[in-house]
Amino acid sequence: MSLAKRIIPCLDVDNGRVVKGVKFVEIRDAGDPVENARRYNLEGADELTFLDITASSDDRDTMVHVVEDVAREVFIPLTVGGGIRELADIRRMLNAGADKVSINTAAVFNPEFVAAAADKFGSQCIVVAVDAKRVSTQDEPGRWEIFTHGGRKPTGIDTLEWVQKMDAYGAGEILLTSMDRDGTKIGFDNELTRQVSEVVRVPVIASGGAGNLQHLADGILQGKADAVLAASIFHFGEYRISEAKAFMRARGIEVRDD
Amino acid sequence: MQTIAVVDYGMGNLRSVVNALQVVADDRDQVILTSDPAQVLEADRIVFPGQGAAGDCMRAIDEYGLRESITVAAQQRPFLGICMGLQVLIEHSEENQGTACLGIFKGQVKYFGDGHKDQSGVKLKVPHMGWNRVTQIQSHPLWHSIADGSRFYFVHSYYLEVEAPDLVAGITDYGFSFSSAIARDNLFALQCHPEKSADAGLQLLRNFVNWDGRP
Repeated sequence: MSLAKRIIPCLDVDNGRVVKGVKFVEIRDAGDPVENARRYNLEGADELTFLDITASSDDRDTMVHVVEDVAREVFIPLTVGGGIRELADIRRMLNAGADKVSINTAAVFNPEFVAAAADKFGSQCIVVAVDAKRVSTQDEPGRWEIFTHGGRKPTGIDTLEWVQKMDAYGAGEILLTSMDRDGTKIGFDNELTRQVSEVVRVPVIASGGAGNLQHLADGILQGKADAVLAASIFHFGEYRISEAKAFMRARGIEVRDD
Repeated sequence: MQTIAVVDYGMGNLRSVVNALQVVADDRDQVILTSDPAQVLEADRIVFPGQGAAGDCMRAIDEYGLRESITVAAQQRPFLGICMGLQVLIEHSEENQGTACLGIFKGQVKYFGDGHKDQSGVKLKVPHMGWNRVTQIQSHPLWHSIADGSRFYFVHSYYLEVEAPDLVAGITDYGFSFSSAIARDNLFALQCHPEKSADAGLQLLRNFVNWDGRP
């Protein structure tokens, strides 16, 4: 093997400002997306994901400017998620300099949107974000359902069926978040991740629950993920990306370190 | 002062390519994004990017009337192909039930396959997405100051198989070894994305904007 497993920090952006960002001592303004992106890039992040959590759609233009500013000086892949509902939203983000967009709710309500997006812009830039929640009991074999609205609304859709459908519809990558683990810092749902990774052709990014470096390594080794996404463990300077890479490398995981 | 033309035929996000060239080029250089065949022919150097499917790319090249100017520029001026801008230089691609490409070089573009595995039988994801090593198998000005085996960012489901072994400038391993860079005379083309490959990618683009077009 020579393809590296990726580490992807995720930054929440509200109205143009990073709200759940890093606390690098070198950074003068902790809320500045460009400064955060630059810093993560220097530390060896393999990609960056920006999640637009702006409540009002009137403020979406702000995100376009954020992407433009970051893309002018940070030359690693950039993914933008949040509020991607129409082909025009995708076009705007790609034109601004994003390499991929992440589609979540819109895919659930209209799966054809994913097919249309992949057809129009190519699968390489279409990430389907999947929020899955375990609905099986402890003794049963694992079964996970797709949820929307931040894990509040069940859809009745089985996760393993859904990801295969999204793969067939042209998703280039699956961003898989365990709603049970999100924010818990007790580790990814590796059983979920592994099952998803085994049934799809495309790369899978594990998300939701990483609380330490061992969790990141477990996501790769046990969850068979191709990439791990983490928000909180890189914020507040708890761990550096470079530390995460050294840790993973020591456990036999191939990472980009040159 | 020189003009660097980035060929825009509606296939993919070219903003990053332009951004990256602007960072590495001299302040007096002009980086232009153009669909105009005449501008492509007049430029001092040409960057030919592209994303998406081979069928769409070839159709777009013809719709914009760019076939001839790309073919001519590829033989005359320092020319850099990126991703689909590499694949369509070849004769034929398996994509879209078979697509005839520009045919500047003999060879085939092939699908990695749904059952793609590594040598030990472990399933490999398609697209090949992420940072992989490029082994430099010939010395070339575009590799200047880039360590052999440096990682570049890839995203593709089809790979190149060229007939002439001396065309290959770099190889990458993904289940098997494939040609990730080719070079002949004034032309250099890469499967990976230098504009998304951090320092190594920027160095390659810097080498390109300063290249005299000789191997």
